[in-house]
Amino acid sequence: MKRTALAAALFTAFAAPAMAQISDNVVRIGVLTDLSGTYSDLTGAGAVYATEMAVADFIAKEKPGFKIEIVSADHQNKADIAANKAREWFESGKVDTATELVTTSVALAVMEVGKAKNKLLLINGAASTPITNEKCNDVTVHYTYDTYALANGTAKAVTKAGGKTWFFLTADYAFGHALEKDSTKVVTDNGGQVLGSVRHPFPGQDFSSFLLKAQSSGAQVIGLANAGSDTTNSIKQAAEFGISKKQSLAGLLMFITDVHALGLKTTQGMYLTDSFYWDLNDETRAWSKRYFDKMKKMPTGIQAGQYSSVYHYLSAVKAVNSDDTAKVMAQMKKTPINDFFAKNGKIRDDGRMVHDMYLAQVKTPAESTKPWDYYKIKATIPAAEAFQPLSESRCPLVKK
Amino acid sequence: MEIFGIPSALLGSQLLVGLINGSFYAVLSLGLAIIFGLLNIINFAHGAQYMLGAFVALLASKYLGVNYWLALLLAPLTVGVLGVVIERTMLQRLRGLDHLYGLLLTFGLALILEGLFKNFFGVSGESYEAPEALSGGVDLGFMFLPLYRGFVVVAALGVCLMAWYLIERTSLGATLRAATQRPDLVQALGINVPVLITATYAVGSALAAFAGVLAAPIFQVNPVMGSNLIIVVFAVVVIGGMGSILGSIVTGLGLGLIEGLTKVVYPEASAVVIFLIMVIVLLLRPAGLFGKQA
Repeated sequence: MKRTALAAALFTAFAAPAMAQISDNVVRIGVLTDLSGTYSDLTGAGAVYATEMAVADFIAKEKPGFKIEIVSADHQNKADIAANKAREWFESGKVDTATELVTTSVALAVMEVGKAKNKLLLINGAASTPITNEKCNDVTVHYTYDTYALANGTAKAVTKAGGKTWFFLTADYAFGHALEKDSTKVVTDNGGQVLGSVRHPFPGQDFSSFLLKAQSSGAQVIGLANAGSDTTNSIKQAAEFGISKKQSLAGLLMFITDVHALGLKTTQGMYLTDSFYWDLNDETRAWSKRYFDKMKKMPTGIQAGQYSSVYHYLSAVKAVNSDDTAKVMAQMKKTPINDFFAKNGKIRDDGRMVHDMYLAQVKTPAESTKPWDYYKIKATIPAAEAFQPLSESRCPLVKK
Repeated sequence: MEIFGIPSALLGSQLLVGLINGSFYAVLSLGLAIIFGLLNIINFAHGAQYMLGAFVALLASKYLGVNYWLALLLAPLTVGVLGVVIERTMLQRLRGLDHLYGLLLTFGLALILEGLFKNFFGVSGESYEAPEALSGGVDLGFMFLPLYRGFVVVAALGVCLMAWYLIERTSLGATLRAATQRPDLVQALGINVPVLITATYAVGSALAAFAGVLAAPIFQVNPVMGSNLIIVVFAVVVIGGMGSILGSIVTGLGLGLIEGLTKVVYPEASAVVIFLIMVIVLLLRPAGLFGKQA
């Protein structure tokens, strides 16, 4: 009896690695995000909770043979803190993937670490196009949105609607520059003209000087190439100086949390491009309600995308029965994404996940009939048009 | 017309905006200067108290229907009372110790306050509307001046002048200044020095809250609004001379103007210019522009 037990134990010990290729039989997902700074409302704790929802749903539905653990950390929007944390996770924390990664400088720094350690990265919060162009690599998926899609949605719609002359108010770091560059291209491609731009320190507080500069440029449209509290303060102060009466504002990156913080009175009529809206259909409403019950806020596109990307990752791990980066990545790229967030979403060779985007206009206070009823969806931008075509890609991984 | 290649209308409007920002710097650095000058405490909680002032106005309007003018009284009062509690229960124990202890304590308090507000309200915060009477603005020809911003300059300068007069020109101010120099002697003359010190800290905190209410309709009211501003304000105090009342007011306004000019000439440097000036001033006049050389 004793001998059989021993044999069985030995057998399991030797057989285990061959049967399951998931290291220590645990998949560890790291959520590296801004938990306390300017972006913590539009991602932050909400993104961590979305990850927990994804894991709980995946376990309930797929009953995987491996365990799943979540770790999270606050990178404070600082690239060095983020890179060190990611390195620590990959080297000694047995973390298999780092996710979310808001703020472009953070994403780019962690991409270097991910490449060096051969670990998969799911980027949701960061938005700059270089992530899937000059800086692209084969361990990164850029999931929710990017500056090209934002510019392509908002700047195109506004230019086509008659806003031919533009002036940009740009956050002075990688993301702001990328957004300004992408938007400038869209504006000029659609027959518009960019009269100038001003770069403000990030994060800023008083934007009136910059807004007055924009005002004296005489441009029809003031494009806000910034995000978070920089955008909300710019909009609030533009209204104060009476700028929004004569010139129109285009928020190139606005989230539903920004609209909520500013109120409809200040934001009504503004165009914005988003990857997700809670009130699109029954599926989005059902998911968002579950999110709302816990967080007491409706989810942003980043938070919804975080759920979707983590679920897609776990499905791939289960399908290939491995947490090996190359195998999981191949499986993720092979399988289309169909859930409440994306329909027929696809991850391309450059790491870009392409899916439909939405052009929305903020409702007037009279049009809004219930809490968080903020957007009129003006157009669904099909996946094929929403993102930068592969033919324009500057990513070496794309074979042309 | 152009001045140095900059359209004069743009220059005029930027200087005016600089003056508006300068008046915030002036009120905030004034509070800091009073606290430092009379208590020898570097009050790092000043930014948090400014934020608290804005939040008192916001929450009082949301839940109690308190209007702006009442909030302008209520917020400094509330934060002043909190100041009394902080001074009585904590700061008092640090008297006579190195500056560093007061700095660390108030810095810790600021982090706790900010953390609590982030936890309850998130970082995006909420909007606070300017009072009806001050909404809208006047066209000055070279710029559109929102009435409210004009009011901010007047209110801030009024409070600054009042504080300066109180401290430098009245017998109460003289007693206060004497109490910082020789507390033992003043006590011996029958004046209750500890109460005087507590009251001073409360007034300093109340000034921060007053600035917070002034700022609420301009900036988004959020938990980090204070920490974004406080570093600049500290630079202002250092440039003006730690503890100099007049110095902090004049430097606050002056630096607001310089910052405004930088935003016209080279906007990328606008966040740094104040610190650049601080370095130069510290090298040439370590006690600050208005400070007394030790």
